[in-house]
Amino acid sequence: MNRPIRWFTFAAPSRFYRLVDVINPWLWALTVGLALAGLYVGFFIAPTDATQGESYRIIFIHVPAAWMSMVLYLAMAFWAAMGWMLNARMASMLARALAPTGAMFTFLALWTGAFWGKPTWGTWWVWDARLTSELILLFLYLGYIALVASIDDMVRGDKAGAVLAIVGAVNVPIIYFSVRWWNTLHQGATISMTAAPKMAHTMLVAMMLMTFAFWAYAFATVFARAQALALERERDTDWVRDLALARKES
Amino acid sequence: MQWSSLSDFLSMRGYGLYVWGSYIVAAALMLLEPWLVQRHRRRALQAAARPATEDQSS
Repeated sequence: MNRPIRWFTFAAPSRFYRLVDVINPWLWALTVGLALAGLYVGFFIAPTDATQGESYRIIFIHVPAAWMSMVLYLAMAFWAAMGWMLNARMASMLARALAPTGAMFTFLALWTGAFWGKPTWGTWWVWDARLTSELILLFLYLGYIALVASIDDMVRGDKAGAVLAIVGAVNVPIIYFSVRWWNTLHQGATISMTAAPKMAHTMLVAMMLMTFAFWAYAFATVFARAQALALERERDTDWVRDLALARKES
Repeated sequence: MQWSSLSDFLSMRGYGLYVWGSYIVAAALMLLEPWLVQRHRRRALQAAARPATEDQSS
C-alpha cells in the first residue's frame, strides 16, 4: 500500500500557522469593535421591551451564543470528517480546536438562558425540548474533548473523535427545530428565514452586531488554539524548531 | 436613551441580577478563554525550543 503524499500534509500546518499570525490581530480588533458597537446599541439605543422590560437585553448575548454553539458543532463535525476521510492533518487539528470554544458558547447559551428564564418563566431550568437538547450538545462537546484527550495515539484519537462528532451532529437540527416539533416553554425562533423579523429594528441591529463579534471571536480563538496544537504535533519538524528558536533569540 | 441615571442603568429596572449575571459571566469566559489559548501556544513554543529528548511529556 502506498503511503499518502507527505509533503503536502507536512507543509499545510506551517502555512496555516503563518496565515493565522497575519489575520488574528485583525480578527481581535474586529471582535472588540463589533462588541463595543453591539453593546452600545443594545444598552443605549434599543428600547425597553413592552412585555419583558429590561430583562430582554440578555438576548444580545443569549441568541448569538446559542447560534455559535450549533454552528461550531457542525464545523467541528465537518473538519473531523475531512480529517478522517482525506487524512488532512490541519483538518483534524481544527476539529479539536473548535471543541472547547463550542463548549464555552454552549455553556453561555445555557447560563444566559437560565438567567433569562428566571424572570420571564419563574424558573432557572425546565426539562423541555429546547433546553434539554442544548444540554445534550454540551455533553457531546465535553464527551468529544474527553474522548480525544484519552487516546494517546493521535490518529486513532482523531478518528474516534470524528465518529462521535458526526453521530452527534444529528442533535443540531433537533435543537433548532425543537421549538416547532414539541410544545415548549421556550419562545420560537428569533429570526426566521421565511418571515420578517418581529423585533424592533435597533434590537435586531444590536443582536447582529453581537453575532458578528462572536463569529470573529470564535475564528480568532479557534485559529490560535489550532496554532498551539500544530506546534505540539509538528514539534519535530524544521518549521516549528525554527520558529521556537527564533522566538527564543528575540 | 432610556436611562435617567446611573443607578437606573445598573439596576436594569429590577432585572440587574439577571442582565448583569449573564453579561459578567459571558465577559469573564470570553476573556479567560483567549488567555488560556495564548498560554497554551506560548508553552508549546517553549517546549519546541527544548531538545526533544529533554521532554517527552508533550
